Amino acid sequence: MIGGLDLLPEQASRHAAKLDLLFGSFGALVALLTLPVFVLMVLFAIRYRTTHEVNREHAENHNLWIELSWSIIPFLLTVAFFVWATSLYFDLRTPPPGAYTINVVAKQWMWKFQHPDGTAEINELHVPANTPVRLVMTSRDVIHSLYFPALRIKQDVLPGRYTEQWFEADGPGTYPLRCAEFCGTDHSVMGGQLIVMNPGDYAQWLEDEGSFGTSATLTQQGERLFRDLGCSGCHGPASAVKAPDLAGVFGRPVGLSDGSVVLADEQYLHDSILLPNSQVVGGYPPIMPTYGNLIEPEQVNALVAYLKLLDQPEGIAE
Amino acid sequence: MIAAAIDVEREPEDVEHTSYLRAGYSLRSWFFTTDHKRIAILYLFSISFFFAIGGVAAALIRLDLLTPAPDLLSNEGYNRAFSLHGIIMVWFFLIPSIPNTFGNFLIPLMIGARDLAFPRLNLLSWYIYIFAGLLTLAVVLGGGVDTGWTFYTPLTTMYANGMVVMTVIAVFISGFSTILTGLNFIVTIHKLRAPGMTWGRLPLFVWSHYAVSLIFVLATPVLAVTLLLVAAERLFGIGVFDPSLGGDPLLFQHLFWFYSHPAVYIMVLPAMGVMSELITSAAHKQIFGYWFVAFASLAIAVIGFLVWGHHMFVSGQSIYASAVFSFLSLAVAVPSAIKVYNWTATLYKGDIDLSAPLLFAMGFIVLFVAGGLTGLMLAMLAIDVHVHDTYFVVAHFHYIMVGGTVTAFFGALHYWWPKITGRMYHEGLARIAAITILVGFNLTFFPQFVLGYRGMPRRYHVYPEEFQVLHVLSSAGAGLLAFGYLMPLFYLVWSLFRGSLAPANPWGATGLEWTTSSPPPKHNFTEQPVVERGPYHYPLKHPASRGHG
Repeated sequence: MIGGLDLLPEQASRHAAKLDLLFGSFGALVALLTLPVFVLMVLFAIRYRTTHEVNREHAENHNLWIELSWSIIPFLLTVAFFVWATSLYFDLRTPPPGAYTINVVAKQWMWKFQHPDGTAEINELHVPANTPVRLVMTSRDVIHSLYFPALRIKQDVLPGRYTEQWFEADGPGTYPLRCAEFCGTDHSVMGGQLIVMNPGDYAQWLEDEGSFGTSATLTQQGERLFRDLGCSGCHGPASAVKAPDLAGVFGRPVGLSDGSVVLADEQYLHDSILLPNSQVVGGYPPIMPTYGNLIEPEQVNALVAYLKLLDQPEGIAE
Repeated sequence: MIAAAIDVEREPEDVEHTSYLRAGYSLRSWFFTTDHKRIAILYLFSISFFFAIGGVAAALIRLDLLTPAPDLLSNEGYNRAFSLHGIIMVWFFLIPSIPNTFGNFLIPLMIGARDLAFPRLNLLSWYIYIFAGLLTLAVVLGGGVDTGWTFYTPLTTMYANGMVVMTVIAVFISGFSTILTGLNFIVTIHKLRAPGMTWGRLPLFVWSHYAVSLIFVLATPVLAVTLLLVAAERLFGIGVFDPSLGGDPLLFQHLFWFYSHPAVYIMVLPAMGVMSELITSAAHKQIFGYWFVAFASLAIAVIGFLVWGHHMFVSGQSIYASAVFSFLSLAVAVPSAIKVYNWTATLYKGDIDLSAPLLFAMGFIVLFVAGGLTGLMLAMLAIDVHVHDTYFVVAHFHYIMVGGTVTAFFGALHYWWPKITGRMYHEGLARIAAITILVGFNLTFFPQFVLGYRGMPRRYHVYPEEFQVLHVLSSAGAGLLAFGYLMPLFYLVWSLFRGSLAPANPWGATGLEWTTSSPPPKHNFTEQPVVERGPYHYPLKHPASRGHG
């Protein structure tokens, strides 16, 4: 940790510490498998140099057991690490239920974050500490990748679909966030800061921010859009048009007209708004127009947030 | 009539004994030659030219990265510089490097043939390559592209600046050169082996070129199709990859890496073939585990087609697919490890000549092993999530492609230089160059592993100040490396005029290429060689047979 020459970035989560342990342990195995080759190679080259008189008899040209052992033993050792690394990866890809969801919209060349209460910020992401935070991300143009070196995580952010990642940051602190996928001219300056706050401070921060801008929560914004865009005209309970009732749709299996069944997750809701005819609910005609050209990704996020809360039929009447 | 008949009788004899270099001096005798050795020389010049162009782009990048701020180039200019560097180095230097020069020159010699199976196709392949290369240079002069060599969509199809379609078409065209070379090698190795040259007696250099030819023929068409789709989307707005047109951006990555991961083995397999020749020759010893080394090449070629998804662990592909690709990526390391262990075992109890080619070979092993094992780290899913698209990856693939392939290329150049030119170079200078390259390379790229783990993303023109020390080290190393690469240019050219004449077999090596004169006659052998034993039949040496006996 000498200035300018630290070997590791800061650790801002338990996962970061776990990953450094995995990396260090695997590095030790790699050294174990490599150093004998380097040492022996140099040793042989010196000992058996052509001017050196030394016994060269009984040099074998093949030996099945040696071949098998130096193929199989290192492979089995790496497989042990494969199990370790893969289980850590599966944890990274499985957010705990009830994680606090923040939406991310990337565009050339900035990051926009939408908090559940409607607060939006650009290139700075405030999150509560010791709370599982789940980022649901999409892009308005090209592929980006949201990278937090201190958390040892990144995930590509794609246009036209949601990807997600989650983390639980340790304590208050400020850490860099960067774009890791080349995205055009100003790729290298598409960065910002992750600001981890104590949950109380975070709540206070949201309140302060809210007093400046829009006061509507993301769900309220979604509810307004649901009316303004005419969604409720067909999907409302009293509607004359035959459209699926959306109450409690989130998280339920949905039977499609082609006979398949999909889980109504965020991706499904997103696609149903932007590409309604790609997955038509069974028993309903494919009559919904596409909203792809009408609304922004941020508005889709608001609509999805609203639809997720439509637990009971009263939700719509409210 | 009689005079003509005498001439006809005489001429073949002259041709049989004149070196291929003296078989004609006109430009026509070079540019319309069908002699595989002369075509190899054409390739040697042209790939060296493109290596220099790619090197200039690398120098611009390293100079600019001396400071965190954008000073030498604009952001856009920097992006064009690294795109140019990648495109030129991958398709116009690394992929043709060893196969099209040394493979072209040596495969017929090693199997006892007069030429490749299709000599005119071989020449056509060079013309296609040159045409594609010049087209790429025209793109550079016209402003270049800022897509990166990976052409990710929808950036490339809808948002990138510059002459994207021209670039993609140039790479598309160069693919035909690759395919034709692969076909030529496969047919040659099957059909033109000398009497007695059984598959079990093939030099390992030929085995690895056989494996790489299979990849040439099977993988390159996938790249061609993918690039055509990119051009169609960009030109005509046909929605294949861009979601706003109903396409799938990940489809591009699957198709691209289905080609480009095997392409990594295109670069490495020929280098491995070179190693097997250099090490057996320097150790004057039979290779340890001939069949393991030979079949490892084929195993790499086959498994190499099944690991492309390890480039996409954070792309949004299924986590179960990622787990399978991760496991297969560990499996593909096994045949590479087998080769490295066998080379080391070959040195055991050898009769080792510590010449420049061996120094390059040992440098290759160090760098290739470091590159390969950091590749294993990248194949570990959770580790990749952190270091993917950082300098860790940049360092890793430069260890393989530059540390591995380019070092092997220089090793091959030094080992077969006497055969190709008939001249010996200055051995001491060559050893200094080998060591300079090894040191310069590590100084350039080792700091990049640290940069990557510390969170420096790749393709960054502007970077945080905390990374400057490591970047300065890396740029200093690049200067040393460039010096190491330039050294052979001087002493090798010098050797052409002042070097001592090379004997037919300066290294005391086995192999048919050493049984003919240096440089070889136009038709390679004055008599049809007949093969009676395996490729590395060196007599056992020990004190009893040296000095005392």
